[in-house]
Amino acid sequence: MLRGAVYFDAVPLVLALLLLFLTACSGQFPQSVFEPRSDFSTELAGLFTNIFWWAVGVFVIVETLLLIAIARYRARPGAAEPKPVHGHTALEIGWTLAPALILVFIAVPTMRTIFATAGQAPEGALRVEVIGHQWWWEYRYPTLNISAYNELHLPVATPIQVEMTSADVIHSFWVPRLGGKRDLIQGRTNRIAFRADSTGEYWGQCAEFCGASHANMRLRVFVQSDSAFQRWVDQERAAPATPAKGSPAEAGLQVFRRSACIGCHTIAGVAQGKIGPDLSHVGGRATIAGALFPNTSETLHRWIMNAPSLKPGALMPPQNLSPQDLDAVVAYLQSLK
Amino acid sequence: MTHGSTHATSMGVDNRKMAFWAFIGSECLLFGSLIATYLVYKGRSLVGPYPHEILNIPFTSFSTFDLLMSSLAMVLALAAVQRGDMKQGKLWLFVTALLGLIFLGGQFWEFSHFVHEGLGLTTNLFGSTFYVLTGTHGAHVTVGVIWLLTLWIQALRGKLGPQNALTVEITGLYWHFVDVVWIVIFTVVYLIQ
Amino acid sequence: MKSWLTTTDHKRIGLLYFWTAFGFFMIGGLEALIIRAQLVRPDGGLGVSAETFNQLFTMHGTTMVFLALMPLSAAFFNYIIPLQIGARDVAFPRLNAFSYWVFLLGGLFLNASFVAGPLFGADRLSVAPDAGWFGYANLTSRQFSPGPNVDFWLLGLQILGIASLAAGFNFVVTILNMRAPGMRMLRLPPFTWMTLITQFLVITAFPVITVALVLLMFDRFFGTHFFLPAGGGDPILWQHLFWMFGHPEVYILILPAMGIISEVLPTFSKKPLFGYTVVVYSGVVIAFLGWSVWSHHMFSTGLGPIADSVFAGTTMLIAIPTGVKIFNWIGTLWGGQIRFTTSLLFAVGFIAMFIIGGLSGVTHASAPSDLQQTDTYYVVAHIHYVLFGGTILGLFSGIYYWWPKMTGRFLSERMGKVHFWLTLIGMNLAFFPMHFSGLLGMPRRIYTYSADLGVARFNQLSTIGAFLIGIATLVFFWNLLRTRRRPSNAPANPWGGATLEWAISSPPPVYNFTVIPTVTSRLPLWQTERHAPMAPLPDRPPAPIHVPGGSWWPMITAFGLPIIAIGALAHLIPIVLAGAAVVIVGIYRWAYEPFEM
Repeated sequence: MLRGAVYFDAVPLVLALLLLFLTACSGQFPQSVFEPRSDFSTELAGLFTNIFWWAVGVFVIVETLLLIAIARYRARPGAAEPKPVHGHTALEIGWTLAPALILVFIAVPTMRTIFATAGQAPEGALRVEVIGHQWWWEYRYPTLNISAYNELHLPVATPIQVEMTSADVIHSFWVPRLGGKRDLIQGRTNRIAFRADSTGEYWGQCAEFCGASHANMRLRVFVQSDSAFQRWVDQERAAPATPAKGSPAEAGLQVFRRSACIGCHTIAGVAQGKIGPDLSHVGGRATIAGALFPNTSETLHRWIMNAPSLKPGALMPPQNLSPQDLDAVVAYLQSLK
Repeated sequence: MTHGSTHATSMGVDNRKMAFWAFIGSECLLFGSLIATYLVYKGRSLVGPYPHEILNIPFTSFSTFDLLMSSLAMVLALAAVQRGDMKQGKLWLFVTALLGLIFLGGQFWEFSHFVHEGLGLTTNLFGSTFYVLTGTHGAHVTVGVIWLLTLWIQALRGKLGPQNALTVEITGLYWHFVDVVWIVIFTVVYLIQ
Repeated sequence: MKSWLTTTDHKRIGLLYFWTAFGFFMIGGLEALIIRAQLVRPDGGLGVSAETFNQLFTMHGTTMVFLALMPLSAAFFNYIIPLQIGARDVAFPRLNAFSYWVFLLGGLFLNASFVAGPLFGADRLSVAPDAGWFGYANLTSRQFSPGPNVDFWLLGLQILGIASLAAGFNFVVTILNMRAPGMRMLRLPPFTWMTLITQFLVITAFPVITVALVLLMFDRFFGTHFFLPAGGGDPILWQHLFWMFGHPEVYILILPAMGIISEVLPTFSKKPLFGYTVVVYSGVVIAFLGWSVWSHHMFSTGLGPIADSVFAGTTMLIAIPTGVKIFNWIGTLWGGQIRFTTSLLFAVGFIAMFIIGGLSGVTHASAPSDLQQTDTYYVVAHIHYVLFGGTILGLFSGIYYWWPKMTGRFLSERMGKVHFWLTLIGMNLAFFPMHFSGLLGMPRRIYTYSADLGVARFNQLSTIGAFLIGIATLVFFWNLLRTRRRPSNAPANPWGGATLEWAISSPPPVYNFTVIPTVTSRLPLWQTERHAPMAPLPDRPPAPIHVPGGSWWPMITAFGLPIIAIGALAHLIPIVLAGAAVVIVGIYRWAYEPFEM
């Protein structure tokens, strides 16, 4: 009578196979934990895989026992009363020790990994401070004396010491392919350390519920070759571009100066607002609004006109600009490479 | 409070008494959490007044002594009710409540004195943890005093007798517990600065 | 009607708990369906706003934990425990009624937030709690949550805590003290044992969250800084207090269901529970260990490697007694004569699904591994395999098992089987893909996700599964309703159970037992090697049995609590005082009301 019984686990098993299949032949997973690209994330993926196979083993054995039990011992008319077994001491000891033993094989690598990934980078690591805001990221490079916003640039194959805190509520910094998540907590400093092993663009997002736009608090990490990283650093260190006389960007600068923009944003030499991200080099970024949208003229228009409609709870109020002024501001921002 | 221990129970303890022990166990966790919070935040106030600047140990030692004496009075009250001596019972119930009231008066004076000295509920973490912890205890003492006075009034009206010894005993359990909690608070907050 | 409002009969209160909790279960389920509908499409979904979505998942979690699963278990505590231990009622019948009314009013208070917006001058109808069921500081502070939303949550949970605590004291005393002669502790039915352990967890865990909520209340109402870094406070303290409650709470939710299937499996395999004492003691061990693992919810907060190792270790230890239970359940089935009733199907479903939830739990116990999983859909999968695959399947098993006892009427087995298979398929379709969504990078508690993450297809499967569960629940609901029109023909012991509740008619008379039985074995109604089945009880009581009348005071006292909460919510001290007056008068009238047991 295996037929009825098999359904029990057929459901999850069939699903698991189906999903594995789906995963294998679907496209890209930019936030997958299964494609680690740093020492930190590789450690975690290895540990997970290790535990996963133990779990699969236990799953198969225990579910098989369960299936055999319900298949073999189905009540049949006229069968003798079952023996009233109350227990079995040796069995009890056995199935107490067996899981205990398996757990040893899980606990040992767990402890080893805990200490291996405790967040302390070797001497000479590049220090990066991550500060969480509702709902965007601020990065400071204290040794390089630059800052970045939402998009983190890192040199490849270099140890990175990340120190994190929050300006408001708790956030969690998570770039799955580079490492596990760590919370950003006001009044505390948390650390992770890793070394990215290949260049590329890595996605991440806030993983601790942090209010209305938690879902919209995304980030990108650009891991670059040393020379590309150095170019980026030089660019960030440079003063923001000054628009040419008579250009649309120049008109935009004037609009920016007389609008509410300056209350919240910094552009070196133009404005010193501290509430929103620094825009000195906003034109050079790939994304805007917490890595929510690509940095295009169209999305900038929409964002400036009505940010809260695109990102609920966003502090930036809708800007009541004439179409010409809006065009000009967008042109100006895009010129700030 | 109209029924005595008429039930045969599995553990040989009256239901109400057992429930009260369970309640006290639960209360231990309540005060434990509050005391833990106090200890976690000890020394983490950003501004004064700090504990050593403001706590008046001699005064609070008197309050502590007062509360200890009230426990003694409670023991005497219970003993009197159990042996049916309601005259003594009335007296000691009242004395217990009165000592409780004196403790509350002391706490009231202490709180207003602290506020006067500049330690409000929101002044710093010490103020917040101190007032919430001792205030919760004070609320428990208040409940106890009201309870004791209720029994005393019942006794005055002749409605409390040896048949209610269990009720008095449970009141006593509560009262002693509140007293013991105070000893812990006094030690943690006042003595170990 | 009046007799229901004033009832102190544990059986009626059990039914009240059942229907109320089932109503909240449907509301919580509806919230889940809206959540799943929203996530069926990436990049904006079906247009549910971020604010509404945050309210929905907060209320879904809060409702399911406090208003559905705990009180559904409480329905069985109420109805079944006194019968299983051979008592006429619980130790404190009026306190029991009080617990129910406080629970009902607390639940209504919480849910009133869905329509209370206009009263607070909000520009939207709903001001439901929106900071998550875990309410992490400092998002819950006035600064970041200015509206009444979080106030509803913290006041509602305090009300509900009172209900749970009162019930906790009541059942601890009932189980320890009201047992029939001969019902020694190690003769208690396993469901009663698990209930006892659960109640010990309730009375020790709830004070901790009460303190946390009181401190939060001071922060929000009086301007203290318990959880606010601006004044030196630490938001992490909230997490410690919350999970010190929250992890025992997990066992509060699962142990009763474990108890239920420990009744169902022996009955339907005609064999005693395998390793009874081991099952009981492993429950005790789970409860103890349950107190030492709370920080495994906080691995990403940066506790440091030592604390991470300790909490990873204790958490892994818990897998051992849990595994032992599972083996004993399989041992119970092994060699039996298994009848595949709906109740048994759900019990076996519990084992099959709980194994999956337990194994994903081990991956969480491993702190570094958890850094990739925590706060993702992988955790959502885990908790639903444990709480849906575990608790809810266990509760369904109990409903099919005890419904004839509780109402005298059978649920349809045919509809029951439809319900079971739809539920099993639905839950796997809903929750299994979440493992993948999570590991592929989808955080939880997000109202929208980028199509570029590649998780849309998994979300679609989850949504289909969720709606299958919804359909299954409607089938079940219909099955419940139609029993009202069925004949009341259930015999005293329709399944051949071994415990005392099956010794009396279905439903039992108001006094339960005509004569309090004397118990000589763990399986009083079964023939075992050493014991003959208990002699049937007389049909009529030999002498009239006094049954206490009802009382208004538990309900009236209970009404004082939401009044206090409303006063606090509206910052109106007179209303707070009025509520307090109701409570005080209620308690005095209650204490001095003649009420004989």
